[in-house]
Amino acid sequence: MSRLLQRIGERPAAFLAPAAIVLAVVTFFPIVYVLWLSLTHYSLIGDAPTFAGIENFARLFADRRFWNALGNTLYFTVVSVALEVAVGLGFALLLARPFVGRAPMRAVVLLPWAIPTVVAARMWEWMYNGDFGVINYLLGTETNWLGDPVWAMHAAIVMDVWKETPFVALLLLAGRLSIAPELYQAARLDGAGAWRSFRHITWPLLKPLLLIVLIFRTIGAFRVFDAIYVLTGGGPANTTETLSIYAYKVLFQALEFGYGSAIAVAVFFCVAIITAVYVQLLKEAQR
Amino acid sequence: MGVANTDADGDEAMRKTGSDPEFRAVRKTGSDPEFRVGTYLGVVLVAAYCLAPLAWQLVTSLRPPAELTTLPPLLPTRVTLEHYAAVFTGHPFPRMLLNSFIVAAGATVIALAFGSAAAFALTKMRARGYGVLLAIVLATSMLPPIATVSPLYLLINALGLRDTLAALILTYSGFTLPLAIWVLTSFLRQLPDELYSAARVDGCTPRQALVRVILPLAAPGLAATGLLVFIFAWNEFLYALTFTATERSRTVPVGIALFPGLHEVPWGEIAAASLLVTVPVFVLVLLYQRRIVEGLTAGAVKG
Repeated sequence: MSRLLQRIGERPAAFLAPAAIVLAVVTFFPIVYVLWLSLTHYSLIGDAPTFAGIENFARLFADRRFWNALGNTLYFTVVSVALEVAVGLGFALLLARPFVGRAPMRAVVLLPWAIPTVVAARMWEWMYNGDFGVINYLLGTETNWLGDPVWAMHAAIVMDVWKETPFVALLLLAGRLSIAPELYQAARLDGAGAWRSFRHITWPLLKPLLLIVLIFRTIGAFRVFDAIYVLTGGGPANTTETLSIYAYKVLFQALEFGYGSAIAVAVFFCVAIITAVYVQLLKEAQR
Repeated sequence: MGVANTDADGDEAMRKTGSDPEFRAVRKTGSDPEFRVGTYLGVVLVAAYCLAPLAWQLVTSLRPPAELTTLPPLLPTRVTLEHYAAVFTGHPFPRMLLNSFIVAAGATVIALAFGSAAAFALTKMRARGYGVLLAIVLATSMLPPIATVSPLYLLINALGLRDTLAALILTYSGFTLPLAIWVLTSFLRQLPDELYSAARVDGCTPRQALVRVILPLAAPGLAATGLLVFIFAWNEFLYALTFTATERSRTVPVGIALFPGLHEVPWGEIAAASLLVTVPVFVLVLLYQRRIVEGLTAGAVKG
């Protein structure tokens, strides 16, 4: 039938074209253009761009601030994603138990995920406030959470965990509820306790989905910008400066579009490597 | 992977709790009351975790200015709406709210229109290169926004779109199209191909078949996709920050991040503004929580 239709003038290209054009303008062209920009000396307040070869990348390798930002980004990513997955899995298993009111509860859990990150960061900034913050009041401390070189990064991580755990929890909850109840029933008849049914039913069946959630969250955390911009702006003393923040500063404060684009390209390649590793892991898990 | 039946999940299970084998088995072990108390205690704790920061923001927004800098008391001695009034008078906040609505609605319409046409061509018209296209779509959805902010900035300047809402609508629809195509494809694939063939045989053009037959049946998919796109556009910050320069085109997240404070930060007003910007999202989440989760799982799982 479809072959017959093709003969009478099916033109799928016409339906693909609008999306293809928008993607070409907003995504594909910029990817090529940023690669070109990263190979130029280009200041927005200076002369026209000149070809620089790999000079920007040579500078990148010697730039301690870049390595600092990479280290901060990796630390932020690893710690927050680990916490999000651990807490999110806990939430998912809890919410999979039978209780009245799951629909409203799902809405409640969605809320932190759905509000703008900037708003969430402002809320936490106020709670972290060293003088009038509710966190200091409740803990009986007088810590300047966002002004302290050690605490600032962890304060940002806590905020990110609060905001992103619901995403993990809801996806894992959907996965957990799609496991046939008969499996658990059979396990119980065989005398398996809660831990053993988790170990031998929930965990193996949830693992591929867990990996997908990990991909999304790792990439999401690696590109962190909004939260840090509002909470600390990268301070104190660059201890919370992530790659996205550093690239933003070089691009839009120093107006160095050549070097800033090189940092952006580096972020792009990091994300590509992370994705490739996960895709490999996913392939192995599904085998 | 089989995470398809989110719709029939927990609420369904709740209604027939009595016959749920899992539940009955638990009841038989005799740990029933403890188990249930533990569950509800846990649920309350999770709810508190999610809501506490928002609740504190609400309390802050209702505090008289003098009490913003005094703790205790935890709860204000009297409730005031003056922070809300301040946000709406002598402040560009209403304009930014309007900007956010226009941008989010515009991006949603474009992503849905272009996305459903593309998904339709991929699934029902059997466009060639299906697999390659989907791989590209997925790869671009992984693209970190910072990676293309510099070329996009130059492009938008060159097009004369700097500081316009059109710049944000264009960018957001581009960034959400991959997700829209992805989710809509997974929904359209569930509709039988015969629907389309029959419509064609009855004399519909492909466009008529899409608009009159396929899309009405794909309404849940459109809703799920539209919600995700709207929330993305409503919340986006990096591009909104770099492509806008004045209140003419600034969206609420930018307004809240750059909230003016000459000598001291106006915490009460920030709290009021951030709660107000949360309201539309709150309503969407309350009404459509199931659709949103459906869209998320369709987006994440169908790989």
